[in-house]
Amino acid sequence: MEISFREAVTIVHGMLFGALLLLSFAGAAIGLYAISTSTNSWTPSRGQRNFFSVYLAVMALLAWAAVLLGAYAIYPWYRAHPPAGTLDLAGYPQRLLLSNTATAGWHDIGMEWKEHIAWLAPISLTAVAYLFAHYGTDLRFHKPLRNAAFALLALGFIAASVAGFFGAMLNKFAPVRGGPIVVVMQETYER
Amino acid sequence: MSDNSAPMRVSGPGAAAVLAAAIGGFALGILALAADAFPALARILNFWNPTGPLSGVTDIAITVWFASWFALSRRWVGRNANLQRINLAAALLLGAALLVTFPPFMDLLQGK
Repeated sequence: MEISFREAVTIVHGMLFGALLLLSFAGAAIGLYAISTSTNSWTPSRGQRNFFSVYLAVMALLAWAAVLLGAYAIYPWYRAHPPAGTLDLAGYPQRLLLSNTATAGWHDIGMEWKEHIAWLAPISLTAVAYLFAHYGTDLRFHKPLRNAAFALLALGFIAASVAGFFGAMLNKFAPVRGGPIVVVMQETYER
Repeated sequence: MSDNSAPMRVSGPGAAAVLAAAIGGFALGILALAADAFPALARILNFWNPTGPLSGVTDIAITVWFASWFALSRRWVGRNANLQRINLAAALLLGAALLVTFPPFMDLLQGK
């Protein structure tokens, strides 16, 4: 069982950082609602507040890790230009997509949107993490700030979802491959 | 209250974080649109060739975000801010950012 180095980096970007981030949104929404709504009588302990503060900070870090790895490692492989006369475009995903009108939209809309909207996730999630770290349960007394925190969390979810969806689809139609081969598992067959 | 004895915190620092995030997001959207519309600007924003103009768009947007956060935090330190107006401004800026990063809308604005 083998995988190329570029595929491995893409997996770390999408399935480790990206997927983990998307999974964490439900916990963030429930935690924020439980801790910061004024109608809730539950008062979390200092340990519980600290845990949730770290949870939100880790979400922001996951978003930063995903966009930085995506923009500065995977995107250059994706948009690489083939030498003149290259007929096999498998190693040049952007060119491969644009070479066919049936797949060009995955670049023109999918990647063009993903490469920009994705950055709204770490920006908004950093603000959410800061708001909770700074105010904690005081958000119960600042309804507009609480609303802003929920809206920023929702924006982060939308941005991460769009980026994740198009990332998965782009990888189906024109996967980023290449580089040294990594052997994931060695199998022995008896003949 | 964050602790039983601690007074409620003022809203200024939170307002600064919210508005700065919106300004940073809006800067990202406008720079993405401008780089798409003007090839000369795209070449200027090509800070790192492997990533292309996206490197300049995101580097500048993040710089704008941090700079505005720093400036607004200093302005509203120890004060309460008008959160209704700030939330409205942030919603408009982030809504615009979402729209202008959407390629069909980007093309519509450029008459493509």
